[in-house]
Amino acid sequence: MASSSGPMTGPATAPSGSGPGRLTRWGKLLSRELTTVAITMFGLLAITFLIARVIPIDPVLAVVGDNARPDVYDAARLALGLDKPLWQQFAMYVGKVFTGDLGTSILTAQPVISDIKRVFPATLELATLGTLVGITFGIPLGVLAAVYQGRWPDQLARFIGLFGYSIPIFWLGLMGLLLFYAKLGWVSGPGRISIAYQDFVMPVTGVILLDAAMQGEWDAFWNALSHLVLPSAVLGMFSLAYISRMTRSFMITELQQQYVIAARVKGMSEARVIWRHALRNALVPLTTVIALSYANLLEGSVLTETIFAWPGLGRYITNGLLNADMNAVLGGTLVVGAIFIGVNLFADILGRIFDPRTR
Amino acid sequence: MSNWTAYLTTDAPASRRQARLGQAWRQWLALKQNPLAIAGLIIVVSLLLIAAFAPLIAPFDPLAQNLDRRLMPPSTLNFFGTDSLGRDIFSRIVYGARVTLFIVLLVVISVGPLGLLIGATSGYLGGWVDRALMRLTDVFLAFPRLVLALAFVAALGPGLENAVIAIAFTAWPPYARVARAETLVIRNADYIAAVRLQGASSWRIVLRHIVPMCLPSLIVRTTLDMAGIILTAAGLGFLGLGAQPPMPEWGAMISAGREQIFDQWWVATFPGLAICVVALGFNLLGDGLRDVMDAK
Repeated sequence: MASSSGPMTGPATAPSGSGPGRLTRWGKLLSRELTTVAITMFGLLAITFLIARVIPIDPVLAVVGDNARPDVYDAARLALGLDKPLWQQFAMYVGKVFTGDLGTSILTAQPVISDIKRVFPATLELATLGTLVGITFGIPLGVLAAVYQGRWPDQLARFIGLFGYSIPIFWLGLMGLLLFYAKLGWVSGPGRISIAYQDFVMPVTGVILLDAAMQGEWDAFWNALSHLVLPSAVLGMFSLAYISRMTRSFMITELQQQYVIAARVKGMSEARVIWRHALRNALVPLTTVIALSYANLLEGSVLTETIFAWPGLGRYITNGLLNADMNAVLGGTLVVGAIFIGVNLFADILGRIFDPRTR
Repeated sequence: MSNWTAYLTTDAPASRRQARLGQAWRQWLALKQNPLAIAGLIIVVSLLLIAAFAPLIAPFDPLAQNLDRRLMPPSTLNFFGTDSLGRDIFSRIVYGARVTLFIVLLVVISVGPLGLLIGATSGYLGGWVDRALMRLTDVFLAFPRLVLALAFVAALGPGLENAVIAIAFTAWPPYARVARAETLVIRNADYIAAVRLQGASSWRIVLRHIVPMCLPSLIVRTTLDMAGIILTAAGLGFLGLGAQPPMPEWGAMISAGREQIFDQWWVATFPGLAICVVALGFNLLGDGLRDVMDAK
């Protein structure tokens, strides 16, 4: 971490005033952030456009599939505006995306946007639980590694970190199924919920745990949870590796600060110094890390969902890929990219709010 | 102390080559102190050797089908068992090392120089060039890597070469970032000012004086990135978008063993172990190199 200056050495330049000066500074910051986001979004659209229209030999075939009738083909060609110059096609594409039109999926014959709305909660559920796993185990592990630097908790954290970065997530999922589902029978197998419980839960939010809890279907709730444990643990392994490594490095920085010495000199218990004082300051940069790892899990979910037959966004994209359903693939890609940008922005703002030095 | 050691450890190197070799020697001594890094080095060297001597190591032809002996468990004849077409899994893993190495090398060869050049140019020239190039890297970094690679393969069509292109296309921005950060430090150094006063062009300064200085951190970055490249390639292979059958690619082999995972566990397990070991090797080596080469 580059910011080695602790909270004791406050900023000398930033005026600590309030009122209009502070507001304009926030306004400026916000407008700068929003410009960045706008440019990035534009680039995102440009790349997906490039993939959709420029790279394929025949973009029409990519959209309608190989077996389309000639009249369907011609209609699609006109709808894509392929008779117009490239910049006009791009303008049309951007316009369509902003009105929520991502085209129609060949596979489901539904608008891609409504498909994504349907499958997204499943991914959200998985990624949220995965991040929770990462936070619950990653932060304590990172703290212990920093406190016992060079001793066995540190080695353990290092090993887990390296392991998390070296293991193919789809293979870990398969091995998990083999061990915990087939051999030990501790968890349920692939899918979100067993067929027996499928009709008990009405989709309201789409997040099956929430729906089941709200409707008081506790058997269904526990069943869904036992389906969820393994995929979210596999995903959580990823964010655990990342979060514990970053926690360790932030905590090492914090533990060298003078306020830590001051707290110890005051006679405060070591546990209090570590968990209440140092960790609290380390949590500021950690919010950014957690937000980023959350976004990264969207990527991990592509492979995990395939293994666990999880009907989420990742499987939607891969299914589209395997069936040459270009609109579905690109719509999914665009949504994932947009979420990534959104989370990045959110993490930035969160970091600024929590860190008084950047206000 | 032998002549060689004296030559390498002298305080007053007589030539540029001697200074360079001396530095490499000191870095090697430092690396030797780190057992994990050496373990990583051994794994990586083994991968190279296995790939080079695959026909000598593998007991069977990796493509030879033997339907009488399909799905045999691991034994002294077939160390890792056989797959659903009766092919020897151990031999396929050995040959798979070639595929993995091929992917990794192609990606690195295409991505390293590109990222280096973009980053160094961006950092040295500054101004609108810098802003434009860095926005471009932002856009690429805004995508999760695998998802973007997936979209590219979707447009290009599945295949090993296309997978390499897709990975390369998504892998360069971090390299550009690293090179730019290094350049920003270097560009204000006195020796760059001296070269500039001698009338050297921007191109010459970037290519001859800045790029070489960025190399160490880029080598570290590359080694650490290898694991990511291997995992992405395996993921593409697993989804059926990378190497096509019957090529023995580790990710595709796991995918092939997926249906039998509960009954014939060995089909999917061993290729995955191979990926783990190799990725771990690159990660360990990269970690060690980082400590040695740029002590920042």
